[in-house]
Amino acid sequence: MRVEAERDECIGAGQCVLAAPGLFDQDDTAGLVVVLTREVPPSMIDAAREAADSCPAQAIRLHGESERSDDG
Amino acid sequence: MARACPFRPAAGLREIQDGERVRRVRIWNGRPAWLVTGYDEVRAVLADASISSNTDHPSFPHDSAGSAARRRITKTFIHMDDPEHARLRRLVTRDFAVRRIDALRPRIQRMADRLIDDLLAGPAPADLLDALARPLPSLVICELLGVPYEDRHLFHPNTNVNVSWKATPEQARTAQREMLDYLGSLVDQKRVEPTDDIVSRLVQEQVLPGHLSRDELVWMLEVLLVAGHETTANMITLGVLALLRHPPALEEVRDTDDPNVVANTVEELLRVLTVAHKGRRRVALADLEIAGQRIERGDAVIAALDVANHDPTVFETPSRLDIRREGPHHIAFGYGIHQCLGQALARVELQVVVPTVLRRMPALELAVDFDELRFKDASVAYGVESLPVSW
Repeated sequence: MRVEAERDECIGAGQCVLAAPGLFDQDDTAGLVVVLTREVPPSMIDAAREAADSCPAQAIRLHGESERSDDG
Repeated sequence: MARACPFRPAAGLREIQDGERVRRVRIWNGRPAWLVTGYDEVRAVLADASISSNTDHPSFPHDSAGSAARRRITKTFIHMDDPEHARLRRLVTRDFAVRRIDALRPRIQRMADRLIDDLLAGPAPADLLDALARPLPSLVICELLGVPYEDRHLFHPNTNVNVSWKATPEQARTAQREMLDYLGSLVDQKRVEPTDDIVSRLVQEQVLPGHLSRDELVWMLEVLLVAGHETTANMITLGVLALLRHPPALEEVRDTDDPNVVANTVEELLRVLTVAHKGRRRVALADLEIAGQRIERGDAVIAALDVANHDPTVFETPSRLDIRREGPHHIAFGYGIHQCLGQALARVELQVVVPTVLRRMPALELAVDFDELRFKDASVAYGVESLPVSW
């Protein structure tokens, strides 16, 4: 599974950081999303889905097999 | 609408939810709106690109006469759409980022402990709202913004009038003008004497170079100062009250050294209580369909977060406080691009204060009968007028 985040849509809510702290952070300048690793380790797939679902701006996109059907 | 029980949405709204998830209602001024109460439907509406928060729209469903009057004086990013909304909100997003706020935990802990020291040293019974729940969020946001806490008499009474649905338009306007004058003079002071805080940074980096007007900054400050006061204070008091009424949960939170237990409890309290209970106000800029209901361009929409957080198709036995509950996230902080800017701060304050109260006051109890408590149904943020406790 691969993960992308649309910075233009991001509102800096940080829900992705809460759900998957190994995958996401917020940058110091603007507080917007930073993807820490594009390839999601199998152990973090559930957290990645939770992050995508909880993002209020729906800015997180998951790609690859076993992503949810409404990934983008 | 008044809640019959403080731990569930008002009965009128529950009945609506049991039937239709989107339904036509009339608001206080007789005008129509679509009331959205289902969890999925509320999320869909708040995330929809055609849904506007712009209070200038003639159909915008203001929540009271006082609120409508205030919108005519100031306009902040809360009531704007993108790109204007993003331009302003992004100036302060970094200050409320998760890890930045997490670093405040030790300071917030010290503030809570000092307030509890004073409470314990004073007479019992005492009002937990007055002694701890109101001062704590106020101290924190004042320090973050750079607003002197010792000036709070200039903005606290205003805040109270500001957030009451019962304020007349005249009261609301007067209160707001006084607060704006005060904040304006503070901004002017930071121009010449900058300190290490959000206001100073915005003055130096945005106002002086001309990216942000003095008025825009003052209006933004008002929101940042006011938004987290009553909401967080009410969550602290209602949260403690809810735990007092659920002793097994209270004991678990008090005795745990697992931060996840505390965090999950705070999330469940946020869901059950949903203090932001006045419904998110929106206008449709294009036709859309929600749960089979066609909403037309120009229609007013109200998204009921409290009812959505008690959606029985999503949360089993929704009014039950279950600190081990798993499943979908609550939407007490809203959804979409306007989701609460201060949510990380609210979470940390609750995660620090609630267990601290329970641990330092192990014999805490209500000093009045539950039935004697007065709940604030008319307020923008649901809460209790006072919480007399003894220990």
